[in-house]
Amino acid sequence: MLSQIEGSKAVADAIALCRPEVICAYPISPQTHIVEGLSALVKSGKLAGCEYVNVESEFAAMSVAIGASAAGARAYTATASQGLLYMVEAVYNASGLGLPIVMTVANRAIGSPINIWNDHTDTMSQRDCGWIQLYAETNQEAADLHIQAFKLAEELSLPVMVCMDGFILTHAYERVDMPNQEQVDAYLPAFEPRQVLDPAAPISIGAMVGPEAFTEVRFLAHHKQMQALDLIPEIATEFQEIFGRDSGGLVRPYRTEDAETVIVALGSVLGTIKDVVDERREAGEKIGVLGITSFRPFPMLAIRGVLRHAQRVIILEKALAIGLGGIVSDNVRNALSGITLKGNTVIAGLGGRAITKVSLHKLFDEARADRLERLVFLDMDYDLVQREIERTKQQRRSGSAAENILRDVGVVAARPA
Amino acid sequence: MFQVRIHGRGGQGVVTAAEMLSLAAFSEGHHSQAFPSFGSERTGAPVVAYCRIDDKEIRIREPITEPDALLIQDPTLLHQVDLFSGLRPQGYVLINTSHSFHELGLDDLYRDHRKDRLVTLPATEIAREHVGRPMPNAALLGGFAALSGQITLEAVATGIHGKFSPKIAAGNIAAATAAYGYVRQQMEELASA
Repeated sequence: MLSQIEGSKAVADAIALCRPEVICAYPISPQTHIVEGLSALVKSGKLAGCEYVNVESEFAAMSVAIGASAAGARAYTATASQGLLYMVEAVYNASGLGLPIVMTVANRAIGSPINIWNDHTDTMSQRDCGWIQLYAETNQEAADLHIQAFKLAEELSLPVMVCMDGFILTHAYERVDMPNQEQVDAYLPAFEPRQVLDPAAPISIGAMVGPEAFTEVRFLAHHKQMQALDLIPEIATEFQEIFGRDSGGLVRPYRTEDAETVIVALGSVLGTIKDVVDERREAGEKIGVLGITSFRPFPMLAIRGVLRHAQRVIILEKALAIGLGGIVSDNVRNALSGITLKGNTVIAGLGGRAITKVSLHKLFDEARADRLERLVFLDMDYDLVQREIERTKQQRRSGSAAENILRDVGVVAARPA
Repeated sequence: MFQVRIHGRGGQGVVTAAEMLSLAAFSEGHHSQAFPSFGSERTGAPVVAYCRIDDKEIRIREPITEPDALLIQDPTLLHQVDLFSGLRPQGYVLINTSHSFHELGLDDLYRDHRKDRLVTLPATEIAREHVGRPMPNAALLGGFAALSGQITLEAVATGIHGKFSPKIAAGNIAAATAAYGYVRQQMEELASA
């Protein structure tokens, strides 16, 4: 049914349709509305057969999810930013133990400096933690990916992280075709664990493994996740058969067939980029965009297949690998091994800076004129940065960069008393 | 695409106004996208919310910098925030105030802009009367429907119902209806002047 609905509410309702049995979460912006929505559904009895556990931290949230999942319950949690970091030890354990937990991450920057706004630094920090990572472009896709995530997780016995842009998606009201219970029941069978802790037939999971077998166990984790490269397109096809919508999959190319320039990005910014691509196509430029839905496993061949005929690839990413540049770029370059084409990394939207059509047009104009550097920071104020660099050269104790910059841009609270 | 920017202060229902507007537009078959300016929300702080309305899917995710309509819930923001930034030449402006544009110090705007696109509305007073609380958002949406014709008053009522319990919705719909009548009357007076 078509609904005009907040992204968080759409996700909460979609999760409820998946009949989770344990939900454990600790609230953190911008994830809060999702878990508040689920808590209300459990409390009102609309989501029956589910225990909602109020935990004292994110570390506890993931620990409870691990326990619940190991005992054979369909388990869900959600977090963001510092909350994700706080649970990291348990996040690795969930994947190491092969527990099919589904977690939403409402993408948000990581401090310091503390920042509550959107970028992808949080989930990118967990790209190698063994979880599958899917990135949603719209709230429709966010809702759909969660339903697919349970199927994927339980088929492989691996946890899945569904990443959706904090605020930009979680707090946006837009049209979502909400699935109904019959559709979800037809698509998602009851959870049949591949392993379960059962007092009637006791086993242990989570053994200590020494050098004699650690490599083999880790290889198997990799082998298992790589199977998702086949499974993700399959479950997207099955999804389309039941729900009538093309949602999910590994990658989503848009107007790339004859494109000389292809933009690569993840998440909600793809919408703005598509509008820009349409405008530039109208002006005769051969340009397209490739959205990566599955970042882990990384769809090397699918990406190579789309990009191999392009002349330039511009990777626009909402995270910065300090000391390297782009994370997505580094992965994409790996997929292009042996193919020669021009490449640019564009770091954009950090800490909630808006990525606008005007800025994207300017950026693509520069690329077209072959004036774009290999690593670009979209809309960065270079003068502001230069002033701080000068200060640090002139004074050993020049003060905190964050406070200095705030003072320079005139944020009142940063003025000295 | 029609783009609306709503300015107010934390606690005045600015974000809710944008959401109700999107629900109203949706109820008439439009695509619509509402979202707040994201910040550390606190009571009294300047807040901005946005709503886009279109007849095709809305893919763009940036804040609205060139609004077709501005709804200003709190006129004390006039001296604090650049409210009219990017306003389209033919754009609509609706200000919650019992003062005139001249009294607000907006003579330049009034001189240079289409008069039939500028309206003041005592939305807080209307809300006090019909809702019992100084929450101007629903009344402003009623006024916006009358001023712009982008949505009907019935759609505004649907939007209000989508956000409030029936009892609270009723008062807000009464406020929106009164505001709709007020703005219609102002526009008729202007047309016959």
